[in-house]
Amino acid sequence: MNPNQHPYPVKAEARKLNFFYGLVQALKAIDMPLYERQVTALIGPSGCGKSTFLRCFNRMHDLYPGNRYEGEIVFHPDNTNLLSTEVDPIEVRMRIGMVFQKPNPFPKSIFENVAYGLRVRGERNRRVLDDKVEQSLKDAALWNEVKDRLKDMAFNLSGGQQQRLCIARALATDPELLLFDEPTSALDPIATASIEELMHDLKKRVTILIVTHNMQQAARISDHTAYMYLGDLIEFGKTDEIFIKPRDKRTEDYITGRLS
Amino acid sequence: MTENSVTDNSWGGPAGRVSPRLAKNALRNWRERLIEGLLFCMAAVSVLTTLGIVYVLVKESIIFFQHVRIVDFLTDTRWTPLFDDAHYGILVLISGTLVSSAVALAVAIPVGTIIAIYLSEFATARVREVAKPILEVLGGIPTIVFGYFALMVVTPLLQRVLPELPGFSLLSAGLVMGVMIVPYVSSLSEDAMRAVPMSLREGAYAMGSTRLQVALKVVVPAATSGLAASYILGISRAVGETMIVAVAAGMQPNLTFNPMEPAATITSFIVQVALGDLPHGSIGYLTIFAAGLTLLLITLTLNVIGLWMRKKYREHY
Repeated sequence: MNPNQHPYPVKAEARKLNFFYGLVQALKAIDMPLYERQVTALIGPSGCGKSTFLRCFNRMHDLYPGNRYEGEIVFHPDNTNLLSTEVDPIEVRMRIGMVFQKPNPFPKSIFENVAYGLRVRGERNRRVLDDKVEQSLKDAALWNEVKDRLKDMAFNLSGGQQQRLCIARALATDPELLLFDEPTSALDPIATASIEELMHDLKKRVTILIVTHNMQQAARISDHTAYMYLGDLIEFGKTDEIFIKPRDKRTEDYITGRLS
Repeated sequence: MTENSVTDNSWGGPAGRVSPRLAKNALRNWRERLIEGLLFCMAAVSVLTTLGIVYVLVKESIIFFQHVRIVDFLTDTRWTPLFDDAHYGILVLISGTLVSSAVALAVAIPVGTIIAIYLSEFATARVREVAKPILEVLGGIPTIVFGYFALMVVTPLLQRVLPELPGFSLLSAGLVMGVMIVPYVSSLSEDAMRAVPMSLREGAYAMGSTRLQVALKVVVPAATSGLAASYILGISRAVGETMIVAVAAGMQPNLTFNPMEPAATITSFIVQVALGDLPHGSIGYLTIFAAGLTLLLITLTLNVIGLWMRKKYREHY
């Protein structure tokens, strides 16, 4: 639990993070680090606040009125407080990518979906766009399947391909942190396996935070796991330790209840 | 077989052995049939009316085309059915209709779309609650009021900028017609854009988009089919609009593509003839059926195009 003793540098750190949907408090004084180039999984029963927590990192809650943050999420190396009102949420989202539960490709071609983030950032050079799109699709393990039909509409891809396209879209802008909100819950087991494999490769270059309902998935892909319950962070630690000998009784109940 | 066994009777026991419960069901069936029949009759009224209109238009037009060759109707460049030297070139009326509609759409489509984007993507809930009903009131103003507004207010104002503009013009009628159509376009377009799922917007925001980028690069393309449908409805309204052009565009048949001139449209010509004292059954009187049939074919074509666009750009979310 002590971040200072950890061999990996801290990429981001929640400090006394409270979050409110109107008057309802959804997160209660969360303190948690994210280690650089590691996969951190958030687990817990529905409604425990894990997606809420994830969506604080890229300020998605700003899109809806009545939401309120308290506390900080400090982003390293520049020690920016992502939640500060002086920090533009668009700047935050320029550095932090997100992949959603349901694949949500834009109503554009495969190429334009991946190029979207670059275009939003003002990139017009055709060669830069071409190179970056190709590289991102390769990184998302989709290039070989789509290289001959980059102009096709993204909707024509299968669900698993669409999700990898969304990952490529997020990768194209070189995010420092990637947020995954139950990225495989709408996918079949084969597509799920390919996404998990992909995440394993991606952590060489990007820090990953993932919300998952599937505990085997958390055990398979993450280095650290946080168990949340009713807006509290119950336990955070190395995944092996959480799953083999959880310190907290509630964590143990949840893990054994689901795994048995 | 016991009397209270529902399953026995439900697969067709002999009459008289129906359980009380099933008897009640049978009564319900009968009543539901009655209601179904009533509803069908109501629906049939509108379909039959449409068929009746088509029947009358076609029947009278056939008589008309026994006197006037279709080739002349489609190619003649003069429309003088009431003169001794009668010419029946529908192109003259079509040109007036197209020009006034084009002017109207040049106003209604951009303004309607911009309003829709604002209401759907930028306005707060409170602004939307106030602005939308006000906009819809605009669509409820009788068109005759718009017509005189064009004639008495807009034309004089335009004449200050364009001194050579005549008292009746397609430009003035078209501009006001455009204002009239704005609420139709904006309301339907806004519905189409609000139907775009939030997940798509979130995806775009998560990529670091500004609001304008989300609206223009993601929401508008995703709502293409709905936007196209709203434009088609706007075009149909413009082509079929009668009172504004009748009042403000002048009713002189005039083959022109210059909006600065007065001209008659198909609809305003029909008004003119229907109000006049032409004898029933004369060729002059029959022209309105041929003109009406032309109008019907134009709007039908537009609707087919609209349907086709709906299919082609169907939302995939």
